[in-house]
Amino acid sequence: MLKRVHFPASILPYLLVAPQVIITLVFFIWPASQALWQSMLVQDAFGLSTQFVWFENFQALLADPLYLASFKRTAFFSVAVALLSMSYALVLAGFADRVVRGAMTYRTLLIWPYAVAPVLAGALWVFMFNPTLGILSYGLELVGYDWNHKVNGGQAMALVIMAAAWKQVAYNFLFYLAAMQSIPRSVVEAAAIDGAGPMKRFWTIIFPLISPTTFFLLVINAVYAFFDTFGIIHAITQGGPSNATTILVYKVFNDGFVGLDLGSSAAQSVILMVLVIAMTVVQFKFIERKVEY
Amino acid sequence: MATITLNDLRKSYGTTEVLHGVQAEIADGEFVVIVGPSGCGKSTLLRMIAGLEKVSEGEIRIGDRIVNKLEPAQRDIAMVFQNYALYPHMSVRRNMAYGLKIRGLPKAEINRRVEEAADILEIGDYLDRKPRQLSGGQRQRVAMGRAIVRDPQVFLFDEPLSNLDAKLRVQMRLEIRKLQKRLGVTSIYVTHDQVEAMTLGDRLMVLNGGYAEQFGTPIELYERPQTVFVAGFIGSPAMNFLPATMAAGTITLENGTRLPGAAGEGALTLGLRPEHLVNDADGPIRLRVALSEQLGANTLVHGTLEGTDSALVVSLDGVRAVTEGDVLSLSIPQDAMHQFDPATGRRLN
Repeated sequence: MLKRVHFPASILPYLLVAPQVIITLVFFIWPASQALWQSMLVQDAFGLSTQFVWFENFQALLADPLYLASFKRTAFFSVAVALLSMSYALVLAGFADRVVRGAMTYRTLLIWPYAVAPVLAGALWVFMFNPTLGILSYGLELVGYDWNHKVNGGQAMALVIMAAAWKQVAYNFLFYLAAMQSIPRSVVEAAAIDGAGPMKRFWTIIFPLISPTTFFLLVINAVYAFFDTFGIIHAITQGGPSNATTILVYKVFNDGFVGLDLGSSAAQSVILMVLVIAMTVVQFKFIERKVEY
Repeated sequence: MATITLNDLRKSYGTTEVLHGVQAEIADGEFVVIVGPSGCGKSTLLRMIAGLEKVSEGEIRIGDRIVNKLEPAQRDIAMVFQNYALYPHMSVRRNMAYGLKIRGLPKAEINRRVEEAADILEIGDYLDRKPRQLSGGQRQRVAMGRAIVRDPQVFLFDEPLSNLDAKLRVQMRLEIRKLQKRLGVTSIYVTHDQVEAMTLGDRLMVLNGGYAEQFGTPIELYERPQTVFVAGFIGSPAMNFLPATMAAGTITLENGTRLPGAAGEGALTLGLRPEHLVNDADGPIRLRVALSEQLGANTLVHGTLEGTDSALVVSLDGVRAVTEGDVLSLSIPQDAMHQFDPATGRRLN
């Protein structure tokens, strides 16, 4: 008969998992529950009294045209960032995959931007496009284009999209390159013998075969654009001009810490939390199953 | 249909030359097998003909065109890869139609050709399946189907059977042979398996270390190997090689055994095929038995030439009872003795 092995009770396993559990509790569960609680409170202007109001904050938000406009803006921003950075990364990876000599150098250089902090990335683009000092805005002026993202909302949006996309290119590039290199060479060679030129091979063989990676990156990039672009926007436009670049995550900060409307800010962060949970579910549901081909 | 001419074909990676001037004329409709041990350059040679590797020096001609600088697509060839290289995201039908679609053939014509190829290869039932739903042998057929629908001038095969089990390999070998005869397309087939090479090829090119050692029909290679390498590579079990000296028409083995030989002087390597040695009470060659393998139809007797350490194998008909330590007397017809120069490895007689 098999004897079941009994280990003596010990606190060691609990001690080993404790740091992770404590970090999660302190930095995630506790603030999240605080936000949830706060989102149902209304404070007076001086912070002297607090009132429990159930879902009034949410009702007010969903009726607020500024908030709904910010929602649409965020959707546009994240789609634009994802498309721009993914398509640019795809092109770079496509070429890096073909390069034989100096491949390591190209790869290393292309991965570098990922190590740049968001605020620094933002500062970089601000300098380049500064309406009075920037080298690129100077160049645009030479060809007759008037660049001033401090007054032109469309230009401001374009600038934060470019900066946010640029920051993410390295990450996407890395995944695309790895995906392309996992395609057996002989499959691509067979297509070449079948008569497909480089472009045709890319679109009919390589692109369909890396579709699982494309889907994965789509989710990752959307999450990135929704939540990790605060630093870039704060450095470049502070949400302006006239809210043209105030995406949801920036509005949480603005309403809470600048406008001191803590209840509404907390309600907004709860909505964002629900969104990121939804995206994570989508990611797990579909990516774990892999895209069928 | 086309002839293929390889003219002093060379390939170098950096300063290392891996193919040292390969020369060949391949006739229209001929089935040529390139055979050699791994690393001999046979796959490189095939890939150069396909256009997947650059030619360092020399010339490849398909038909009357020099194709050195042409892209694979422009060479009008089809290739079957070792791992089949099917497009994993396309059904069997789309795999086969891919090359035709790129050439812009009308839909009806594409369908007709795919159905026809599917009929020949008996894969009509799987046309709508994906490659991963097929077994190894079925994938192999699809890979061949993809080659034949294109109706190319040349078929190239890169060890297409090496991923199949032994039984399927024999079956597919026969099918490839039949198919090639039926279609009459000039074919080049690369393998490391000498049995596959012997059974498939109209002619064989034995490649060793980047040199073409010999190019001829299977029987020529078996009966008159031009080098020690070819002699040892073709035929199973492999040929015996015994050091010997020759003087005044007599060959003397290490242990003093004398055999009649052709004219010539000096040291030589004597090659004797195991199946040509016969048990003969008066035979001059004496084998001390170390081990015997009973195969039913024949018996392989392993041992050494008596009084020496030179290994000697003989294949005797039927079931023979031999025990370790026995001494067998063997003889061999004079025309089955292969004489090679021990320094250059070239044939002498």
